[in-house]
This record gives sequence, structure tokens and C-alpha cells, in this order.
Amino acid sequence: MQVTFKILRYNPEKDKEPHYEQYRFEASENMTVLDCLHKIKWEHDGSLAFRRSCAHGVCGSDGMRINGKNYLACSTLLKVLDTKKTITIEPLPSLPIIKDLILDMTDFYDKYKAVKPYLINNSPTTGDSERLQSNADAEKLFESAKCILCACCTTSCPSTWTNDNYIGPAALLKAYRFVFDTRDEAADERLDIIDTPDGIWRCHTIFNCVESCPKEINITWHISQLKKELSNREL
Amino acid sequence: MIHKFDVVIVGAGGAGLRAAVEIPKEYSCAVISKVFPTRSHTGTAQGGVCAALSNEEEDSWLNHAFDTVKGSDYLGDQDAIEIMCQDAPRAIIELEHMGMPFSRTKEGKIAQRMFGGHTKPDDPNDPNSKRHSVKRACYSADRTGHVMLQTLYENCIKNNVNFFSEYFITDLIIEDGICKGLTAIDMATSEIHTFQAKAIMFATGGYGRVFRITSNAHVGTGDGCALVYNAGLPLEDMEFFQFHPTGLWRLGILVSEAARGEGGILRNNKHEPFMEVYAPTVKDLAPRDMVSRAIISEIRAGRGILGSDGTYYIDLDLTHLGKKVIDEKIPEITGFARTYLGVEPTKECVPIQPTAHYAMGGIPTNFDTEVLADNSGNKIKGFYAAGECACVSVHGGNRLGTNSLLDIVVFGRRGGKKISEYLKTAEEHTFNTDPADKTRELMNKLLVQTGNEKISVIRRELQENMMDKCGIFRNQADLEQMKVKIKELQQRYCSITILDKSKVFNTDLIETIELGNLLDIAESINESALNRTESRGAHTRVDFPKRDDAGWMKHSFIWKNTTGGDPKIGYKPVVVTQFQPMERKY
Repeated sequence: MQVTFKILRYNPEKDKEPHYEQYRFEASENMTVLDCLHKIKWEHDGSLAFRRSCAHGVCGSDGMRINGKNYLACSTLLKVLDTKKTITIEPLPSLPIIKDLILDMTDFYDKYKAVKPYLINNSPTTGDSERLQSNADAEKLFESAKCILCACCTTSCPSTWTNDNYIGPAALLKAYRFVFDTRDEAADERLDIIDTPDGIWRCHTIFNCVESCPKEINITWHISQLKKELSNREL
Repeated sequence: MIHKFDVVIVGAGGAGLRAAVEIPKEYSCAVISKVFPTRSHTGTAQGGVCAALSNEEEDSWLNHAFDTVKGSDYLGDQDAIEIMCQDAPRAIIELEHMGMPFSRTKEGKIAQRMFGGHTKPDDPNDPNSKRHSVKRACYSADRTGHVMLQTLYENCIKNNVNFFSEYFITDLIIEDGICKGLTAIDMATSEIHTFQAKAIMFATGGYGRVFRITSNAHVGTGDGCALVYNAGLPLEDMEFFQFHPTGLWRLGILVSEAARGEGGILRNNKHEPFMEVYAPTVKDLAPRDMVSRAIISEIRAGRGILGSDGTYYIDLDLTHLGKKVIDEKIPEITGFARTYLGVEPTKECVPIQPTAHYAMGGIPTNFDTEVLADNSGNKIKGFYAAGECACVSVHGGNRLGTNSLLDIVVFGRRGGKKISEYLKTAEEHTFNTDPADKTRELMNKLLVQTGNEKISVIRRELQENMMDKCGIFRNQADLEQMKVKIKELQQRYCSITILDKSKVFNTDLIETIELGNLLDIAESINESALNRTESRGAHTRVDFPKRDDAGWMKHSFIWKNTTGGDPKIGYKPVVVTQFQPMERKY
């Protein structure tokens, strides 16, 4: 079948503004959007720039806006899209475009780093055995630990669009990952970091993050657990 | 721009990050990676990481070492294997202490599952008695590599490690037998950066992209190995490339051995569980080289299942495991089957085929990750390598599942320690000439050259031919043809026109350099495969079907011929300590 892709292009060396370019080519319904981008790059226009690596939804490189929805190019098959209509590909919103679909992710990574995304536990361990944790407690972390830092959630959030300083759902999810880890001793420190107007309270449970998460993480639920924890702490 | 560091690590997968964590704060350390660290290929490892923790049943590191040696088809160096298996429990406990989330046992310990080729003797006092599968693979559902990579990156953030993300290495500078630094292109600007360092570690990963069907990420193009080969240094055991038995049909996306560890069964077109025939005791949990050969043998015997596009596959049956086991133990891989093949694994079999997965060969090192200058034990001062790009050799002719994640944390750490020790007395080096010149010339040449060739066409021809002629079953005629093909592709490579002339994220240029690397790697694999006239581990020569210990229990070393002729080949003996070669039956 023939498909038409309309891609937002921007080359800072010659373009003043981003603009759309259209590509029409032969494709099959089992191809992913990433396969299509490769086809365009490899057969039609080598200058098209995008990030990708694992190509099966694990590395988180190729988050982009596909027909107005944030998702991974490598996890979106043509058969789930309406291929009779033009398919629109744009970079994720609200982060600066460097070139074509490649964004400057610095702000996103800085917010992730702000929640101290590492286990803090200063209690001595016995060198030759693990810290015990029940499987139930471990499984409480698994959903949040699935996060691949693709930025689909944070850039889908209306609170992010209207406020550059909002820490965003990805960073909050990472905070959950450690606040609820029974092995961690810095929950209070992390809760302090997110307990600000531009922190967790900027989340208005709009659920865009949940809809856009390619790993099917219920991010809003995780954020609500943090809110509960904060409320309990106030009491 | 010139940067000076005490140590520069190239690659931000498990080996590179584990090494970086180990460098003491008093030394300046930079990690260079062509992708943001958490995009590295370590993150796609699924099933587990092995250690004889005895959390689920009695086990010992000696059992693990025996299995690794046998799995390697007696080509692994036993001193290095002993170090790895003995260090494994400590390494896993350390990851747990760093914060890695694991699935747990009833007692709250790290959970363990069965995996291919991991066994213990029926009689604990007699290592030569019959063996059965053992629960040795520590896991976090089927996202073990993902959480390991995240945990190591998190610990790097904690330690304020310097990262140069999206920098692509183009040259390794070795002068007077000393490794002095490297050059890299900042992909965001195309600016050339020179890194001067007392110590360099390569943790640049594998090169599965040399084959058409592969589980490897697009970035797996063997850049580090190719730079070493081009620097006139040898590569070791390049003929040994592992095909994982269960890649998703046509796509090659990995379906972890954990699927069989949890009880999955391979079936042919008669729905027969055929692994019983090939490995009567461990059946579907035989090592990967054997299962891959069994699958291709079934298909060649007319027992494959005909797919919609005229190609054949084999069924991986998980239906009897039940929804609970599938959802809790192997959710990720069953998700892949749903997304990419539209198959519901709780009700239908998953179509699979072998997929190019792991390079046993690579940059020769000793067990302290020091890079060897030749096959007689000399070293390159200040140069280290660890992880898939390195050949210690702990995997020999065939790696056991879960031993790659173990390799990267054990040898990443050992490398970090050895470098720290070296830095105590290491001197600063100066370059004899401006190292950026070579990269400048390369970029100019590639951007200016014109011709009718496309990157994608040459790459595709390389990958398809490597799959057909230098894949699971090899023979002299095919390998000779492949040799001619590679020469032709290397010629045609000089007629590629790069369409993108821009400086900002010129991924067209980067892909061209990567393709050059793949061509070099293919040459070293094919030439080594042509040279080894026996079958051992993942290297199967149908014209030499037997293992030949008298003639071939040795590592091959290959050097590029920089004047354009055939590469040179040499040998190094295998280190044998306590495990004498025996027939490899399971």
C-alpha cells in the first residue's frame, strides 16, 4: 500500500522556522513508524534526522508525536494508524528542537536528576548478603522501574506546556521508584524536593501521561501515592 | 577542542558504567557514548544474571565454572572463567546494594530461575555424574538488563561522573606502544574533540548489525573493535558469533531464554517438542549454539512452519504456562509478541527463528582488562577493554545465557580497579602529531566523495550475505564467496554519496562511518571462519563437522593487512586449569 508521511523538518543551518515536508512511499501494515522513517532516510532523504537505537521499545530513544499523540516510533505499527490519511510526525512538544525530530533533552534529564534518582542508604550492609525485601515490596517498584526515560509522558502534560518549571511526570515517577523502595532511607529528602508549587502539586491528574506511556505505566496512580504520602506526612 | 582526563571510558553500557563507578574521586574521568547512557544495549537484556547464590537450591561457583567452560566448548580461558564465576555472588550482592530491584524469594532474597546450559551434578560429590538444570539466574521479571543499566547510571549520577553523550569515536591514538587518547565527533555540531588521557577503556559493545536478522540495536556496529583492528592491533576469536535461538520471526527481536527457563517448549510443524532429540537431558534448556542449530536442522528437514512470506519458522509454545506466569515472569517478551506479530502467547505459539545475538570474539585482553598487543602476552600501555567488545576470553566458542550481564559487571569493576592502580604512577603523554587531522580528513573525504552507491544498499547486501554465507552453518565455498563479496562492498563503499552535508546531527555521515566499521568487522569474522577448519561452539563448518582439540584448541588472532592484502592470522593457547575437554553432550 502507499502511505503519506508529513514530517516536521528543521535544519538550524538553513531554516528560519520548522516546516512540514511530505513523503509518499510503498509500505506494509506490519511496518513500524520507525521502519518508515528509515525507509525515507535510506531511500529518499538522507538528511532526515531522528534518534533510535534498540528498535523494540526498550531504549526510549525515539519518542515522537505521531498523529498528535506521543508514542515510540518503533512500537507503533502502521496497522494501528489510519493509513488512508496522511500520517503526521512531529518531535515531542515543549522541548527545544535541535534538528528535525531531535530535541534538546537537557531540561528533561535535569528534572530527572533533581529527585536524586539513586538509592540512598547509609546503613551498613553485610558485604556478602543482600538486603532482604519481600517480593510484594519488590513488585511495588517494578511498574515504576519500567520507565525508559523516553519523555513521552512529560511532554504530553498540559501542565508542562504552560509552565517550564514543572518537574513533570517522569521525574515524579522516578521519585516514587525510590520513595517506596523499602531499602531507601531518603524518602523525606525526596518528598521535600517535590513538595513545591512547581513540583508534585502542578499535577492536576489529567492522565495524558498515562495515555502516552509506551510502557503502559499508570503514572498518575504512582503520583497519587506520592501525594498521599505527602498528606500523611503533613498530619 | 582538546580535553584532558586521567581516564576516558568509551561506551556507557554496563561495562563502561560499572568501570566509571569504580574510579576514585581524585581522578578525573569521562565517559563518552554515541547515545545517551540509558539507551545503551545492556538495557535490552532480559532473562537474568547468573551467580551461584544458592538462594533457591544448593549450588556452587565451581558448578557455574564447569558449565561456562563446557558451554564455551572448551575454548574459554579457565583462569578467567574461575575469576568470573567465583566473583559472581559478590557482584550480584553489590548490584543489590547499589539499588537494583530484583524479583524475590519467599524469604526476601534475590530470586533465581533456570537458564540454558546452567546445571549441577545429580551427585554433589561427583562433578562427572549426570547433570540437571539449576536455578542460578538472578532476575528482575524479564527486564534484568534494563534495571541493571538504570541502576548503574543512577550510581554514576550519584558519583557525578562526567558524560559526553552523543559523541562518536573516530580514532584511537596509539604512539610508541602507548595508548594516549582518542578523537570523537560531537554529533550535535560535527566538531572534532580530542581526548588526551593516561588510560583509555573501550566498553563499546558488540556488532550484531553485521547480520541481517539480529537482536542487536542499530548502534551495535562494532566501532571500538573496528578502531582497534584499524590501529594494527589484533582481534581475537572473531569467528565465534552467537545466534540466539529465539528471535521473533523475521524481526530478530529477542525472546529471552527465560521463556524456556519458565517452561516454554520449542515445537516443529508436527507440534513435536524436538529438542528431546538433540539434547535428551536438558532439552529446551541446552546452550544457545545447539538450540539454534537444532532449529535450522528442523527447518532444513522440512519440519519448519511456513510463514506468510514464504520463509519458515519454529513455534515457541508458552500456552501451558498459564496467564499468571506469563504476566508476572515474562511480561515484556510476551508483549513484544503481541505488538510486533499480533500473537497472543497465552493462547497461541510464538513464531521464532535464530537471531544474531552476541560476539564472543573481540579485543583481546587479560583478566584485568588490559588490552593485548599480540598473541604472546605483550600489552598496550594505558589501554583497557571490557564487556562484549572484549575477548578475555570467558565465553570461548559459545556464551551461556546470563553470563554477559555477569561479564560486564565483573570485568567492568576489575578494569576500573586496574586503571585506578595504574593511575597512581602513570605519566601524562603528549601527542606526536595533531590527532584531529585524521578525523578531519575522513570527514572531508566522506562528505566530498560522489558516486552511485547508497549506504543502505551496501549495508543490506553485507547483512544478507553474512546471514547466508557466514551464519549458523558455514562451509568453505560460501566463505570464499563472502570474502569476494566483502572486497566488492569495500570498493563500492568509496562511491557512496552522503546526501546530508550539514553539521548538526549529520546522522547520514555517522551511519557511513559505522558501515565502514561493519565492513572491517565482517572481514575479520569471515577470514577467521574460513581459517578455522573445525566445528566448535557457535562456529559450525559443515565441511569439518567435528571439534578438533589436537589441532584447534587455541584462540585465533587476526590482524588487518593495512596494504590491502589478506589479513594475518596467529594463535594463542587456551588456558586450561581444572576442566579437561570432554565430549559436549546435554
